[in-house]
Amino acid sequence: MTTEIKLPFDEAFVSSFSQETNEPAWFAELRLKALEQFEQLSMPKPDKTKIEKWNFTQFQQHTVKSQAYSSLAELPEEVKALVDVDASNQNLYIQRNQTPAYLKLSDELKNKGVIFTDIFTAAKEHGDILKKYYMTQATNADEHKLTALHAALVNGGVFVYIPKNVEIAEPIQAVFVQDDLEANLFNHVIVVADDNSSLTYVENYISTVEESNALANILTEVVANTNARVQYGAVDNLAKGITSYINRRGVAGRDSQIDWAIGSMNEGNTIFENTTNLLGDGSVADTKMVVVGRGEQTQNFTTKVVHFGKHTQGNILKHGVVKESATTIFNGIGLIEHGASKSDAQQTSRVLMLSEKARGDANPILLIEEDDVTAGHAASVGRVDPLQLYYLMSRGIPQSEAERLVIHGFLAPVVNQLPIEKVKTQLTEVIERKVR
Amino acid sequence: MAGSTLTIKDLHVAIEGKEILKGVNLEIKGGEIHAIMGPNGTGKSTLSSAIMGHPKYEVTSGSITLDDQNVLEMEVDERAQAGLFLAMQYPSEINGVTNADFLRSAINARRGEGNEISLMKFIRQMDKQMEFLEMDLDMAQRYLNEGFSGGEKKRNEILQLMMLEPKIAILDEIDSGLDIDALKVVSKGVNQMRGENFGCLIITHYQRLLDYITPDHVHVMMQGRVVKSGGPELAQRLEAEGYDWIKQELGIEDETVGQEA
Ligand SMILES: Nc1ncnc2c1ncn2[C@@H]1O[C@H](COP(=O)(O)OP(=O)(O)O)[C@@H](O)[C@H]1O
Ligand SMILES: [Mg+2]
Repeated sequence: MTTEIKLPFDEAFVSSFSQETNEPAWFAELRLKALEQFEQLSMPKPDKTKIEKWNFTQFQQHTVKSQAYSSLAELPEEVKALVDVDASNQNLYIQRNQTPAYLKLSDELKNKGVIFTDIFTAAKEHGDILKKYYMTQATNADEHKLTALHAALVNGGVFVYIPKNVEIAEPIQAVFVQDDLEANLFNHVIVVADDNSSLTYVENYISTVEESNALANILTEVVANTNARVQYGAVDNLAKGITSYINRRGVAGRDSQIDWAIGSMNEGNTIFENTTNLLGDGSVADTKMVVVGRGEQTQNFTTKVVHFGKHTQGNILKHGVVKESATTIFNGIGLIEHGASKSDAQQTSRVLMLSEKARGDANPILLIEEDDVTAGHAASVGRVDPLQLYYLMSRGIPQSEAERLVIHGFLAPVVNQLPIEKVKTQLTEVIERKVR
Repeated sequence: MAGSTLTIKDLHVAIEGKEILKGVNLEIKGGEIHAIMGPNGTGKSTLSSAIMGHPKYEVTSGSITLDDQNVLEMEVDERAQAGLFLAMQYPSEINGVTNADFLRSAINARRGEGNEISLMKFIRQMDKQMEFLEMDLDMAQRYLNEGFSGGEKKRNEILQLMMLEPKIAILDEIDSGLDIDALKVVSKGVNQMRGENFGCLIITHYQRLLDYITPDHVHVMMQGRVVKSGGPELAQRLEAEGYDWIKQELGIEDETVGQEA
């Protein structure tokens, strides 16, 4: 059954937007088709969270025009803290609301054929290659209403392409700044690592506004081709009041590996999905996540690894802290398809509740269609162990500090895996502020 | 002043409504080493937990004082700040908190804001003491007690003791599960601490540890009370003859706390 939802932006709007931005025909067509499909599709159904009353579709502004940053010195302090302002040889994209506001790609990487640019420039200048990956392998516009809406209204994002055999040591970073209350993020990120290549990509979503009733509908596609290695780090830090749908999806080819390290620090209601499809034999997915929920927010995180190839390995590790009246749901799914013999699906989800009203849930699911495999899961939902506090306090550490240590300790095994030191520090600081 | 004095008077302790300690009297002064011996289930750990302020143990009557301070009115961290230390029989494991971060927090909590130990100085001290205790230096960066073997946990308790330099330390079965080499190392740590500013209460049910740390006073605990006290010779007799002679002497049939004399 579908309910009639009137969208604030119609076909005429979308076409004229495509024209204004000089999009290639295939891109514009994909938008219109998705807009049409929106009607028939249903909403996604995150397990254990009712989203019928959440607003994912009604908003005022499609695009907010902002000034670019002429130098990193102009960045707001919160953003400066995320990037290496003094580095000379960095690979950094900063988007301000919808405006590509800063881009730096080292000559070395340019010469190797690395593409790193905003999604609109990519559509114009690297259309052939973008077209091959844009909502074709990792995601599809017609999965449900929100993917369709995303495809129709994409208003920002970045494209990263690493050619065959190129291995990049230094990280590539994208920062998506929301500094306008009216800015709604329909952001699309594509990271493609071609055969035998490797990279570390890190992104930050950060609101500098206190509170906003904007929407975020973010899709990320990661494609790791044969024997490629992608380390993907993300810290989401969108403001209170912002309703987010965030879907990060990976496709792993033969002998490739995708590592996700994600800190979800949004202050608003969030539906989060992270799926890795292990298509190729011998491919590996490693998903690590930390979440802090507080205030009144409700968040639902579904992390999933689907094993298609033989000898594939999937690990999911999620730790979440919930305080005040917040609700955090962890759904973990390991799915081993028929034929994916000798595969291994493992997951661990832990939720630590810090108050009486905090709600947490961890649902591990293993779906196994093949005999010759191994799988395991662990899940726990609990409160701070009074004996741990007693032990710490017996060394002179006051209760508040003891609690802080236990909470940080609870998240640290995941935080420590983030691939960029600066982001790790930043995430630790965000956590510090949030759990205090 | 030469050292502190921990005084326990007529201490009664209950757990979940059940009385375990039934009037313990004990005085430990700086410079003294006391040993409490006794079979399992006689209330030794209950005594140490009550002194430190374990949340599950309820003091129903009696008093504990450290010099002129009322220990029973203090929070657990305040007791530690006042100079008490308990090497626990079963130390907690704390995931994600490194041994080094934990110890530094503990030291800094004691030193107070604005007077934190410098990182370099801390690392030097910690390395020094770990070497003294023949610990692998990697243990500093491991998560607190997590995945430590029984022996590693005990050494780690002694490491904390040496770093925190309390006035009065209670060591609850620090020797259990240790092989002879580890036992020697742990003893070396305790002996290093010996001095007029350090008082110690060693809880054990084996004489073995006392071969390496000679106590000044030995007490025997049964049925939630100290039933006999003496010098180091008492420990030796217990080792040679067991506890039966004491039970006979005092007419005790079952020494555990569930029973009445
Ligand atoms: N947490 C607890 N809950 C219930 N009973 C306990 C608990 N801890 C100790 N006891 C009881 O108290 C008695 C003394 O225990 P304990 O002090 O641990 O003895 P010891 O250290 O001498 O072996 C035992 O009979 C034990 O059953
Ligand atoms: Mg005991």
